[in-house]
Amino acid sequence: MSPEVYRLVAIDLPAMLGGLMAAVTCALLGNFLVLRRQALMGDAISHSVLPGLVVAFLVAQTREPLVMLLGAAGSGMIAVLLIEMVRRVGRVDPGASMGVVFSVLFALGVLLLEKAAVRHVDLDADCVLYGQPEYMTWLPPAQWDAFFSASTLRLVPRQLWILAGALVLCSGFVVLLFKELRIASFDPQLATAQGISARLMHYLLMVVVALATVAAFEAVGSILVIAMMIGPAVSARLLTDRLVSQVLVSVLLAGVGAIGGYWLAALGPQVLGFSHSVSSAGMIAVVCTLMVGVLVLLAPRHGVLSHRLRQRRLARRVLVEDLLTTLLRAQQAGDAQVAPDRLASVLGGARRSERAIELAMRDGLVQQDTTGVRLTERGEEVASRVLETHRALQRYLVEEVGVRESHAHETAERLEHVVDEDVLRRSGGE
Amino acid sequence: MSDVRGASLLSAHPEHSAESPLSIHAMTVAYRRRPVLWDVDYDAPAGALVAIVGPNGAGKSTLIKACLGLVAMASGRVAFWGRPLREVRGRIGYVPQRESVDWEFPVSALDVVCMGRYRKIGWFRPVSRAHKEVARACLARVGMEEYASRQISQLSGGQQQRVFLARALAQEADLYFMDEPFAGVDAATERAIIEVLRELRSAGRTVICVHHDLATAREYFDHVMLLNMRVVAAGPVEEVLTAENLRKTYGGRLTLLSEVSEAVARGEGG
Repeated sequence: MSPEVYRLVAIDLPAMLGGLMAAVTCALLGNFLVLRRQALMGDAISHSVLPGLVVAFLVAQTREPLVMLLGAAGSGMIAVLLIEMVRRVGRVDPGASMGVVFSVLFALGVLLLEKAAVRHVDLDADCVLYGQPEYMTWLPPAQWDAFFSASTLRLVPRQLWILAGALVLCSGFVVLLFKELRIASFDPQLATAQGISARLMHYLLMVVVALATVAAFEAVGSILVIAMMIGPAVSARLLTDRLVSQVLVSVLLAGVGAIGGYWLAALGPQVLGFSHSVSSAGMIAVVCTLMVGVLVLLAPRHGVLSHRLRQRRLARRVLVEDLLTTLLRAQQAGDAQVAPDRLASVLGGARRSERAIELAMRDGLVQQDTTGVRLTERGEEVASRVLETHRALQRYLVEEVGVRESHAHETAERLEHVVDEDVLRRSGGE
Repeated sequence: MSDVRGASLLSAHPEHSAESPLSIHAMTVAYRRRPVLWDVDYDAPAGALVAIVGPNGAGKSTLIKACLGLVAMASGRVAFWGRPLREVRGRIGYVPQRESVDWEFPVSALDVVCMGRYRKIGWFRPVSRAHKEVARACLARVGMEEYASRQISQLSGGQQQRVFLARALAQEADLYFMDEPFAGVDAATERAIIEVLRELRSAGRTVICVHHDLATAREYFDHVMLLNMRVVAAGPVEEVLTAENLRKTYGGRLTLLSEVSEAVARGEGG
């Protein structure tokens, strides 16, 4: 095995695998936290496990991952119960209750940690808070023939096994209880009425979140774990409209975030001319968050940009249709063409009417010559359709809704541009 | 086993009738020590459309939720066909208020209707094709089959309500609780809903609706419960919706007086 390959296998591979499994595990659960508007629950739990970690360490005198896991999961569950209790007894909103509970528990953890660290140098605050995936190293035999043996597997860092266990547990949880999670998140009342207790599902989810959080510690630490829970889930929500595809996309994005983040941290600084690489945990969190930022702007249906574009398209259509109906009304009154300045006064300014004429001409809906603007055959067709819609709406507003005639015109004017054909076809049938 | 338990409940509490799909005895519900429902007794007739009518804050939704075990009772008992809730959950359908859920949730109309099948499907199992077909047929019954794959935020309020109704149909229950199914819907949806309610009645099912509109209560429902923390009156529409009872239910509230007198006048005229 060449030194480069060995470096890759011994250092990069375990760290990357660890980050990947942590990110995917967190993203799976993050979907449900986000949809249940409990995104901060992940954060609350991840902070609250600190005292549990320290207490477990002090009691067992070891940093054995399983011991740490138990301690952390225990205090995570205490946090969940306390949050629920403060919310009920204190009659405060869930956010405030989370804030109170997790900050107190975290503070307790910091105090305990300081106390403990005096006596035990190997319990490192930085490692708990920020995570050190680079420390997960695997030192298998460097010869290929010795590499493929059972003893090699035994050398795999224990944190990786724990992360693998967490991944299997969370995937199993989400796959097996997918429909129960879906109904308990969407309609807790119907779920409970059907015998799928929404409260039970809440606590189950919280237990699994606590376990995942603790397992992900090694990869990104207790503070950054929230980025892996929320980032991919929110990004996936912006890209899809179905829960199944949202979960799948979030897993994919988590993978991209973890592997992309790791390599950016390892190689990015060198590309920019710095000699040292940066924390991969930090970079994974940054990538996960950047993803959200980019998608908020650019997502195809839910992004700011596409929203703006749709609005502009609608505004244009309204303008053109107003022009066409004005021309049609004039035509019906005997004026086959209308002078531009008269259009300007109806459409709200010369600039708007010029723009409307330009757009309508491009689509072949109107013609302009020196004396004025006139409808083409196609323009007349479109205009009559809009006018028909207007009349149908006006009739509906007056007869069915009971709006006064004078008001109905204004409302119909606004609605005529947005009512879809389907609705009109149905109302026309009556 | 369950039969024995049902029987023992009956003998211990003779006030519960085995025929009545819903019988409530001495139900009291309090939120933070303030009573919302006080000593409610009620037996619902089988195979009827029942409206629960009363002013805002009268405890109408709470009554339904207490029956379904969604809010805790301070005291009292509820029985369905003489049995406790846990034995008959599968026979009871529920339509919550439309505002009680997040319509931005990433599910399609068909996904929502399938939720009505979850109890029948059972824990851990995915929704099979057969169940999806039942759900699709339920969407068709409320005239929404073309919208099956639409995400629910893209539906109008009336269409959302119809999806909820289709989900209730998918539950294939014998007794339905519906919380204001007519609230804020268009005329077409209102007609669709009432048609479905009548179909359910002719199939022998019982439907209990929280209803706001006194004027249509008379037209749509067979029985009425007038509720204002206590049951003011309950029984067939003609007997219960009297000026005297309505005054007792609504008190002297000015805004409602005109509505009430109008409803009474309509009733006496027709």
